[in-house]
This record gives sequence, C-alpha cells and structure tokens, in this order.
Amino acid sequence: MLPDFANPADWLPWAFASLMGLSILIYVVLDGFDLGVGILFPLATPAEQDKMIGSIGPFWDANETWLVLAVGLLLVAFPAAHGMILTALYLPVFVMLVGLILRGVAFEFRAKARDHHKRLWNRLFFVGSLMTALAQGFMLGLYIMGLEQTLATYAFATLTAVFLAVGYSFIGSTWLIHKTEGVLQAKSVRWGRESLWGVILGIGAVSLATPLVSTRIFDKWLSFPEVIYLAPLPILSGLLILWLWRMLRAMPYAGDARSWLPFAVATALFALAYVGMAYSFYPYVVPDRLTIYEAASAPESLFIIFVGACIVVPVIAGYSVLAYTIFRGKATELRYD
Amino acid sequence: METLDTLLLSRIQFAANISFHILFPTITIALGWVLFFFRVRFAQTGDEKWMASYRFWVKIFALSFAMGVVSGITMSFQFGTNWPGFMETVGNIAGPLLAYEVLTAFFLEAVFIGIMLFGFSRVPGWLHMLATGLVAFGTTMSAFWIIVLNSWMHTPQGFEMIDGQAFATDWWAIIFNPSMPYRFAHMMLASFLTVGFLIAGVSAFRWILGDRSREVRAMLKTGVAIGALLIPVQIFMGDLHGLNTKEYQPAKVAAMEGLWETQNGAPLVLFGIPDEEARTNRMAVEIPGLASFILTHEWDGELKGLNEFVAEDGTLLHPPVAPVFWSFRVMVGTGMAMLLLSWTAVWFMWRRRALHQGRIAGHWFAVEGLPKPLLWALVPMAFSGWVATLAGWYTTEIGRQPWLVQGVMTTEMAVADVPAPMVMGTLVTYLAIYAALLVAYIGVIAYLARKAAKGEDGRANDMNHSGKAGVMALNPAE
Repeated sequence: MLPDFANPADWLPWAFASLMGLSILIYVVLDGFDLGVGILFPLATPAEQDKMIGSIGPFWDANETWLVLAVGLLLVAFPAAHGMILTALYLPVFVMLVGLILRGVAFEFRAKARDHHKRLWNRLFFVGSLMTALAQGFMLGLYIMGLEQTLATYAFATLTAVFLAVGYSFIGSTWLIHKTEGVLQAKSVRWGRESLWGVILGIGAVSLATPLVSTRIFDKWLSFPEVIYLAPLPILSGLLILWLWRMLRAMPYAGDARSWLPFAVATALFALAYVGMAYSFYPYVVPDRLTIYEAASAPESLFIIFVGACIVVPVIAGYSVLAYTIFRGKATELRYD
Repeated sequence: METLDTLLLSRIQFAANISFHILFPTITIALGWVLFFFRVRFAQTGDEKWMASYRFWVKIFALSFAMGVVSGITMSFQFGTNWPGFMETVGNIAGPLLAYEVLTAFFLEAVFIGIMLFGFSRVPGWLHMLATGLVAFGTTMSAFWIIVLNSWMHTPQGFEMIDGQAFATDWWAIIFNPSMPYRFAHMMLASFLTVGFLIAGVSAFRWILGDRSREVRAMLKTGVAIGALLIPVQIFMGDLHGLNTKEYQPAKVAAMEGLWETQNGAPLVLFGIPDEEARTNRMAVEIPGLASFILTHEWDGELKGLNEFVAEDGTLLHPPVAPVFWSFRVMVGTGMAMLLLSWTAVWFMWRRRALHQGRIAGHWFAVEGLPKPLLWALVPMAFSGWVATLAGWYTTEIGRQPWLVQGVMTTEMAVADVPAPMVMGTLVTYLAIYAALLVAYIGVIAYLARKAAKGEDGRANDMNHSGKAGVMALNPAE
C-alpha cells in the first residue's frame, strides 16, 4: 500500500489522501462529540443544558474547522473527485449545511437573546445538530453504495444516517461523562449505555454492506492470507465494544476515577472502524470509479501545499492541545470573563 | 438569461451566499483589531471602561464570527455542488491559495477564539491579550488569501494553460498580481469603516437611551475617530483601485461610468438610466470631462466605451451595465455620506470641548456636543459599511462578467449540471434562512445595546471595586 517516494506524482496524492483521511477522522471524533451533545440536548434540564453548552463552547469552532480542512483538501488535491462527489450528494450536503448553520448560530444566539427566545434557539440547536448528523450518515451510506442513487441505496443510506446520529450521541455521552459530574454525569452514563447499540449496528451494517456491494472490496478482505492479517481489526473492535459496555454499567467510578476512559475507548473504536473503511476504498476516492491518482491535481501545486502543511499542521496540533489543556476539567457555565 | 436556468439560479444562489457571508468577515476582520486595541488599552491603563468596551463588543464579535464560519462552510461546499468547472480548470492555482487560507488562518482563529471568549479568568493576562491579537491576525490572514485568489481571478498572471487546465509557473506573480494590493487595502479599509460606523451607531443608540457611562463615551469616540480618519484614505484608495481597473479591465470601468462610446474628455454621469438595447443613457445628468479627469488625470484623456467590447457577431463581451453602474453609485454615495457625517460629528464634539476642559482634563472632544439629530443619523449608519461593501463587491464582481477568471474562463463554463428546480429549492431555503438570521442578528445587537444601556449587563458593579472590578460581573452563560 506504500507509494514510490522517489516519484512525486505517486507519493503526493497518497500523502494528501492520508492527510485528508486523517482530517475526516479527527472531524468525526471531535465534531462527533459536540454534535452528539446537541442531539442529547432535549433530554436535559435547562440548567444541565447550560453545562452541556459549557462543555463544548470553547472547542466547537475549531472542531468544525477540520471539516473545512477535509473538504478543502478534497477540493484542492482531488478537484475532479470533489466535483463528482458533491454534485452527486447535492441535497444531503445542503441539508448538512443548513444544519451546521442553524446549530452554529443557535449556539451564540441562545446565550444572547431574550429569555423567551432562548427556547427557540435551544430547539434549533438540537434540530441543527440532528440534521447535520443525519445528513452526514446519509452521505456515508450513499458513498459506500458507490454514489448510486436507487431506492435500495437510499434505504441503506437512511439506516446509516440513523446509526451515525446515534453513534454521535454515543461519543457525545462519553464526552459528557468526562466533562460533567453529579446527576448530569449519571444521565450521561445512561445515555452512553443506551446509544451503544447504534455504534454496534452502524459498524456492523457498514462492515457487512461494503464487501457485498463491491467484489473488489470482498476480495480485499476475504481472500487468503489477507483475512488473517486483517482479523485483528474486527476482533479488537469487538473487544473495545465489550469493554465499553462493561464500563458503562459500572460508571461513574468512586472518586470520578478514569472518567476520560469511555471517550478515549470510543475514539479508538471510531478510529478502528474508520481504518477498516479506508482500507476498503483505497486507492479509490470515488468508489470504484476514480482513484486518488486519476483525480489528483498537478504535483507542483500539491507540493506547494504539502510544504505549508508540514510546517503548519504540527503548529495547529500544538495550539489545539493548548486550548484543550486550558479548558480541561469539569465544564462550568460559560462566561465571557 | 431570460429564463431561470441552472446557470442563472446557481449564480443567484452563489451571490446570495457570498453576500450574506461577506457581511460578517467585514465586521470580524476589523473588530478583532479594535478588540485588541481595547484589550491593550486596558492592560496599559487598568481603566475599567476599556474592559467594559471589550466585553460588550466581544459578544458581537462571537456572534459575527459564528455567522461567518457557518456561511463560509457553505461557500466551500458550493464550489463543488454548483461550480465544479472552476476547480477543474484553475484548481492548480486556486487550490493552494485556499489551502493556505485554511492552514494559516482558519485554525488560528478557531482555536484562539475559545481562549479569547472564555479564557479571561483561566489564563494569564498576557496570554488572553495574545489570543485576542492572534484571532485578529487570523482574520486578516484569511482576508489576505481570499483577496489574493479573488484578485487573481480579475487580473490573472503567472500561469500557463495546458489542455484547458491552468498550471502555475510563478507563484510570486500569482500572489502579487496587479490588482491584489489595491483590492486588499480597499477591503481592509472597508472593514475598518464598517466597524467604525457600527461602533459609533450602536454607541449613539446607547447614548440616546440615556447611557452616560464612561465606556459609551470611549466607544463613541473610537468609532467616530475610525470613520473620520479612514474615510478620506478610503476615497483615495478607491481612486487608485479605479485606475488599476481601468488598465486591466476597461470594460468594467466603462460600465461603472456608463460610457458607451470611446471618447476624449468623457463626462461624469451623475445620474442616468443605462439602456442596453438603445446603447445609451436615458435622462442623463453629466459633468463634462470629469470622468476623463478622474481616471486619466487629464481633462481630454481618452476613455474606452462599452461599444468596444462587442464581438463581430454581436456577442457582448462587457458586463451587464445597469447593475454595475448603480452599485458603483450606491458605494460612492454611501462613502460620501460617511465622510459628511463623521466629520460633522468630529466638529460638533470638538466645538463643545471647552465645556469639559475644566472638569475632565485632557479631553479634546466631548460627546455632549453631538446634537440629537446627528446621534439619530448615526444609528442607521451603523450598517452603512455593509451597504457600501456589498455595493463595491457587486461593482467589481458583476463588472468581471461574462468572465469568471478574466480572459481565461467564463462563468458559464464552470456551472454544474444540476436540475434547475433543485437549485431553485435550495436557493429559496437559503434565502429564507438568511433573512431570518439577519433579522435575528440585528435584533440581538439592538437587544444587547438596550440591556447595556440599562446597566443590566452587570456593569453596575464596575465602579465598586478598583482594578479587578467588573471581572465577575457578567451574567452566567452569557
């Protein structure tokens, strides 16, 4: 799977595909938890809602920027694929954008508007988060189905939409377990327990459907000896799920020990599932139609961006860590002072 | 163009999105620096009025920033959903520029805005100040890269076309393309003017409501000062930008001036209704020779007319005249109103300085000097910057048509083959959401101003404690 590093036309598309894949994964985990918190919003009391907002307030802008980077990399590194994918997904993309607009502004408006408008913005925050998650899940489903648009693929995409929304609620709950305490934390543990099924069914559905849709992917996974090398992936995922299930039955632990663990394990689980998907589709950027090499921009242009990315991405990682460190610990209500 | 086809609908949709989007960066680019100024003044003087100003405007900054982020994400997706031909043709140039925007600007802003908004009591003062400065720097970098790309679309250079695709040959030439310095300066000034008048207008509103706090004085003076000092610079810069446009995009200038025939000593059309069928202006009011004088600095200088830009077969190679002509006049008219109002305000405040010299030493300007009508005039002018900025962008962007990248590709070449009814559906939804959000945005600013004027934002405590006063004075969850 490794490219020829002596040939820029070979390794640059590969490097950009990796970078784009990484940004999508980071996005799914980070915006996943704050979208999830939005989806769980109506289940909490007003006071708890302020705490929930407090737990994601300093981060959500930066989390969403990973989506901009991911789609930006698709745009600049694989322009042909960008056009093909986004025109095929015109409507779900639109729904996602409306969702992102609603939740992003509701976040700010709810804190500043008059009291009797706050209810409306709270509702829009939930609706926007849910729309975004469903639309992303729907796009994931259609992408797996090779962007074919038939009744059957729509049905599958609807399933993945629901599973992803529940999956986001799950990672959102694990975030809240870490960032809250008391009654809200106990609630979050319960939400986590109750939404774990979405993760299991989601990963299961995608794992079953991908090889069935494409014989190429089927062969990639289930021929010998690949099946041996790849076996740890599903086995590890299964173990992580078991671990999460056991943890969530016993949490919160005495003295709030290891409250970060469910989020960390959930992240590992998301990452494993994601690596499995990436393996299935590589080297295609549009499933079975366009490889990353066919879709890539000119190597000269990619190189210019690559140099910048090498310098800037570590810096971004550095100050992101700084921000998460500054706002570590249990969430408080947000204050501009 | 007579029917609502996919091309026209996609153009309207993009125009609606980008018009809505630009409103908010126009505010955040300069407001970031103004907040940095407030923050630095607070650090220098320890005077609570600067921190009160900071806390008031940082909320509006946060709101504007969020509006800018979400509408900006929409833009980045629309390249793909509606205009795939753009990146397929010039992606090798536009791609790196956009990538550098994301890498050098977006993350900087998005990460440090968390510290800027919510970190005051969690981090040392210097780090909070640094975060504020970095957010301001990030918004400026973002504007820089976008202006580079936009300017390149107006005055492209440093590339070669191979098989219908642009390939970069000289990045220095691409970045420092001929119209970039003028456009960047023009836009930065526009942003500062927008913010100056916004601050002046909102503070005038608070003053009218009876707010006589020290910070409302400081803010009103800051706003008027930004407006009065920068509007002459902007008019000068606009003139330079116009000269640059005349050199590289003469058809646009001809449309701005409503000039049909090439002529020496061309008149300045103050008013008129451009008629593209008859190719003349109806009911024109003109000043002889003035357009030539402004654009060539000679009374009988030659200006190219629109009729030069019609192909043999009658195809128009110049932009639609009326929208460019009118947008230009709206922009200039708003600029003139800004000039008049800000300097009148300065004069009134200066005239009344004597009254206060005994009591408040070192004050050269007194807000008390502003007469009621002038205060009331400042309130609607709070959003004059938006009007001028949008009108200016319409002038330059419609003025580039029918080209998307001047001389390289037309707008028609880039549009996606999406069914027209689908674009119509998304367009109508976008418009409805944007209209609602705009109402909510302006409503919330007015509400915050009212609340602050009544002292309900916790400011009442400010004076009770020295130094650290007011730090704990905000409503929770605000």
